[in-house]
Amino acid sequence: MSLIQVENLSRTFVVRRRVGRFRREAQVVRAVDDLSFTVDRGEMVGYIGPNGAGKSTTIKMLTGILVPTAGRLSVAGIDPSRDRVELTRRIGVVFGQRTTLWWDLPLRDSFELLRRIYRVDTARFRRNLAEFTELLDLGGLLDTPVRQLSLGQRMRGDLAAALLHDPEILYLDEPTIGLDVVSKGRLREFLRSINTERDVTLLLTTHDLQDIEQLCSRVMVIDHGSLVYDGTLAGLHARGSSTRTLVVDLVDAADPIDVPGADVRRVDGPRQWLSFPADASAAPVVAAVAARYDVADLSISEPDIEDVIRQIYTGPDQLRFS
Amino acid sequence: MASRTAQQLLWGGRAYLILSWMWIRVSMSYRTSFVVLTLGQFFITGLDFVAIVIMFASVDALGGFSLAEIGFLYGGSGLCLGLADLTLGNIERLGNRIRMGTFDAMMVRPVPLYAQACADEFSLRRIGRITQALFVLAWSITALDLDWSVARVLMVPYLVLCGTLIFLAIFTLGAAFQFWTTDGSEAANAFTYGGNTVTQYPLTIYPTEAIKALTFIVPVAFVNWYPSLFILGRPDPLGLPAAMQFAAPVAALVLGLLAALAWRSGVRRYRSTGS
Amino acid sequence: MLYVALAVRAFRRYSTYIAATLAGIFTNCVFGVIISFTYIAVWQQNPDAGGYDVTDALTYCWLAQAMIMTVAIWGGGAPDELAARIRTGDVAIDLYRPVNFLGWWLASDLGRAAYHLLTRGLAPTAVGALLFDLRFPPSMAAWAGFLVAVVLAVVVSFAIRMLVASSAFWLLDQAGVKNLAAVFSMFFSGLVVPLVLFPGWTRDVVMVLPWSAFVQVPVDIWLGRRTGVSLLSGLAFQVGWCVVLLALCALVLRRANRKVVVQGG
Repeated sequence: MSLIQVENLSRTFVVRRRVGRFRREAQVVRAVDDLSFTVDRGEMVGYIGPNGAGKSTTIKMLTGILVPTAGRLSVAGIDPSRDRVELTRRIGVVFGQRTTLWWDLPLRDSFELLRRIYRVDTARFRRNLAEFTELLDLGGLLDTPVRQLSLGQRMRGDLAAALLHDPEILYLDEPTIGLDVVSKGRLREFLRSINTERDVTLLLTTHDLQDIEQLCSRVMVIDHGSLVYDGTLAGLHARGSSTRTLVVDLVDAADPIDVPGADVRRVDGPRQWLSFPADASAAPVVAAVAARYDVADLSISEPDIEDVIRQIYTGPDQLRFS
Repeated sequence: MASRTAQQLLWGGRAYLILSWMWIRVSMSYRTSFVVLTLGQFFITGLDFVAIVIMFASVDALGGFSLAEIGFLYGGSGLCLGLADLTLGNIERLGNRIRMGTFDAMMVRPVPLYAQACADEFSLRRIGRITQALFVLAWSITALDLDWSVARVLMVPYLVLCGTLIFLAIFTLGAAFQFWTTDGSEAANAFTYGGNTVTQYPLTIYPTEAIKALTFIVPVAFVNWYPSLFILGRPDPLGLPAAMQFAAPVAALVLGLLAALAWRSGVRRYRSTGS
Repeated sequence: MLYVALAVRAFRRYSTYIAATLAGIFTNCVFGVIISFTYIAVWQQNPDAGGYDVTDALTYCWLAQAMIMTVAIWGGGAPDELAARIRTGDVAIDLYRPVNFLGWWLASDLGRAAYHLLTRGLAPTAVGALLFDLRFPPSMAAWAGFLVAVVLAVVVSFAIRMLVASSAFWLLDQAGVKNLAAVFSMFFSGLVVPLVLFPGWTRDVVMVLPWSAFVQVPVDIWLGRRTGVSLLSGLAFQVGWCVVLLALCALVLRRANRKVVVQGG
């Protein structure tokens, strides 16, 4: 049985909108609309979509914060809306923008408090704390109150806090938002290691597509409350008819290169940018360019996944009449 | 089923103590600040009573009650409010938490929400108010010329217990209300601190309709007024049966049930609107 | 005009919290009713207490409720924002703005006060007048004098709150000082017990403290107990405290400025 099972899940909200000066009009908004998917143990799934697509509504239902309007939901064999408290012991949650730690408490006290709240036995707690302190480099921060931590430090603290009770599933809502490149890298490395070492299933929402490129074997794209894509990252590229770019440095500046199967996108002195379909082989293009021009250097850049997703969002088959 | 509920209640209570204890330890690590704030509370709330004393420079009785008698009412009400405020005073920040989105963090922890909301940033410095109320109560008891029978003596802890429960319920109702309007926390003050202020004085200064309202609609009269009538040996201005003077547990129970209901439906509302 | 724009902006910002305003008005009214009955009890016993009659006392009670937010007796308003900016260090930007620092914050606070006067001031007064027999200003001069006195009360209160907020330059957190200031303000403004009831010499003392400019002076003008020279001297008293306290603010801010420049905030 899958660890997370979502069947025909829907959540509607009644939003009162101001019409004119005093009148208000009730409007039903489908935040999540007939959503179905499953996640198996050990997967690392990226859950992406534009703002307001229904990502956090889904996560809130998966954690039991929100009760679904319709549909079936099971997380680790538990119905989140019925047994929220029981579920909390099996999952960990990290909200990127707001900490779940206690603002005025030093990290060490926050962790100790969590130990007692989650009733983690002392030996296991010590082991986990030692491991996370090492992996997340928290050693020097344990006695600092959370409010004095930088965003990156706080995020590391939050991660450790969410994992102290050995959850089977970790939900991460924008875990890398606002972090610098080094912190992001370190964080991703940590997430990979808890996934492989501890077999923690990860579901993360993000705006940073590098998170997904580097972490997730599977991507789910949600828009207007429905899944518009569920599969591998490679498949997503194909789906969005994305392109790769060949950057050619010629010995001398020349007219735009004319080779079959590639179009010149930009010319800057001796350097030219050519684009060709992502699923086509680069070899014939490179060969054709090298045969006709004096080439000083060549490089290929991978497709920009952001473009791909933008295409999916705005693609003709996704137009809605709402 | 019943044993599961009992277990949850027990665990909720234990978690409340764990969380509160942590906040006490934190406040103790800033000892100077703690002492200053506690003394501050003591004097701030004490000025309330100074105001009454100042009024007594112009009069020698209010509503037919002497300063010592009013001191007894004041001390009783203040003690009950102080104990309730100490127990769950920060529950009034609920609206703020909902607005900031930090209430969600409480929902992903394995502790009943109510226990978490009550223990939120538990402020031990509130013993300042309690101490102040105790001082006034102790002074009034020495100043009152009463024949302290066993029944009267026993009535004092009875008053404090029931009064505290009533205020606990009112605080909870005020907090539950914020599930509907997160900005409305100030309205709750009208019932908590307002309930405290109204019962600091003998209810004889209010019109009889108001006393009835304070008995049957917002039953804060049971906090200290009816038990005090018994202790002070005063006739009931409404002429209600003497049983009223012992009926505080009924009021506490009714309010407590209402509060539990309001809290539950508030949480249910939150879980179906997310706001 | 920049300062007008600042005041308008503050007014608009406060006016977005409708539910909070309604909740506050409700609370003010509940306390107004409770305190009214205690005053009725006092003046029943002593119809001439403090030189007021019971109508004066009830009017005082409701106007005091109206002043709580308008004059920000408990603290708050623009200086609270300043204290927050001191804590975060953003104040360094404010100090280098080519406008008068005090003027900038005063304009914003006056905008807030205008909003609170029209809502949390007007509404409890109307409710009080419906429930009890209140006295209204007997002349145009009293109306005008009252309005001027309210503005001056806001400025005196602003200066005191500004001094409190400035403590954050040195203490980083104004909470403790603010609490203490709120107690003084609440007690010596006559919010709980009218200053006229203070016995003997204490009455003479509290009457000359700056906090008596908050409620006592405006209310006495409203009641027509201060007319002619007495009205003008009341306003002069407020102006005097304005000048002294704002000068003190300027002095403290100059010190703070130097501190920010030297230590970089």
